[in-house]
Amino acid sequence: MATTYTPIQSTTLSSSQSSVTLSSIPSTHTDLILIINGSMTAATGAYSLRFNSDTGSNYSMTGIYGNGSANGSFRATNQNRAYLGDGANTSQLVNIIQIFNYSNSTTYKTLLTRKNQITSSSIEALVDTWRSTAAINSITIFPDSNSFASGTIFALYGIKAA
Amino acid sequence: MSFIPLGFLAASGAAAGDFVSIQTVSLSSSQSSVTFSSFANTFKHLQIRGISLASVSDENLRIRFNSDSGSNYARHYLGGNGSSSFSGATPNETYALGGLSPNTSAPGAYVIDILDAFSTNKYKTVKSFYGDDKNGSGYVLLCSGVWLNTNEITSISLSFTGSANFNSYSTFSLYGIKN
Repeated sequence: MATTYTPIQSTTLSSSQSSVTLSSIPSTHTDLILIINGSMTAATGAYSLRFNSDTGSNYSMTGIYGNGSANGSFRATNQNRAYLGDGANTSQLVNIIQIFNYSNSTTYKTLLTRKNQITSSSIEALVDTWRSTAAINSITIFPDSNSFASGTIFALYGIKAA
Repeated sequence: MSFIPLGFLAASGAAAGDFVSIQTVSLSSSQSSVTFSSFANTFKHLQIRGISLASVSDENLRIRFNSDSGSNYARHYLGGNGSSSFSGATPNETYALGGLSPNTSAPGAYVIDILDAFSTNKYKTVKSFYGDDKNGSGYVLLCSGVWLNTNEITSISLSFTGSANFNSYSTFSLYGIKN
């Protein structure tokens, strides 16, 4: 048995950025945990990620949400990105994104995401599938519009199975 | 040199609060259940992480402790199917709910937390986060459950409630937070 849950990379923005890329991800873990802690420069709507710079229509998702007055479920098919949340704005948001068996070259890749935001937004739980058997070696995170605000933290951890 | 069974190896160098990998089951052929057993009781909480492919979609993932198949569990769940959210509760159930079965190509993913797994003063609480998306169908599911038993957990079995098997390339790993 070995201690795991290892920090891999961490980026704290010193100025706003319209996208963040985590690259050269080692293949030595089993699962990845990506934590986003920050905010947007303005009301943004959705934000997403891509693996290995894949801009093809190889992503899809299913989610549930609650915003304090309504709840429901949503879906998107044949997307060119993996959706991480909606209703992003200038208030603090936290995403915990779990990426399973990311370095295997046999199965499609599944992500589970929890999105939490303080103000005028929603809590969401999502599953995304990337229909690729390629091992993941880079992750690019970006909002639909505007930018991640200065001070936003992107922290990547690896969990290695026994 | 004496033989030490896998699972009883000390987590050498692991400090209290460390997240430790304990066991992994990876399937090279389909089977109907996955079981973790013979693990040490030197952890505060346990977590199972995994992906599965399955022969039949949308069956419940059944979690049982110590081979207990009696009506000693209860559950709540909140989920979404892409068009509507839903919730439910079941007392006096014969298993804790860990998620669902996916299909043969889009893996379902599971994070199953078992709190105070070795306490002899508490019932055992289970919470799980599951999702599978098949590009037009699928579910996301948040579940909570309880095993109404104060025994230490010595085995954890996973199976589907209908005819579904775990297909090859399914893999589940057990982790613990060190005492």
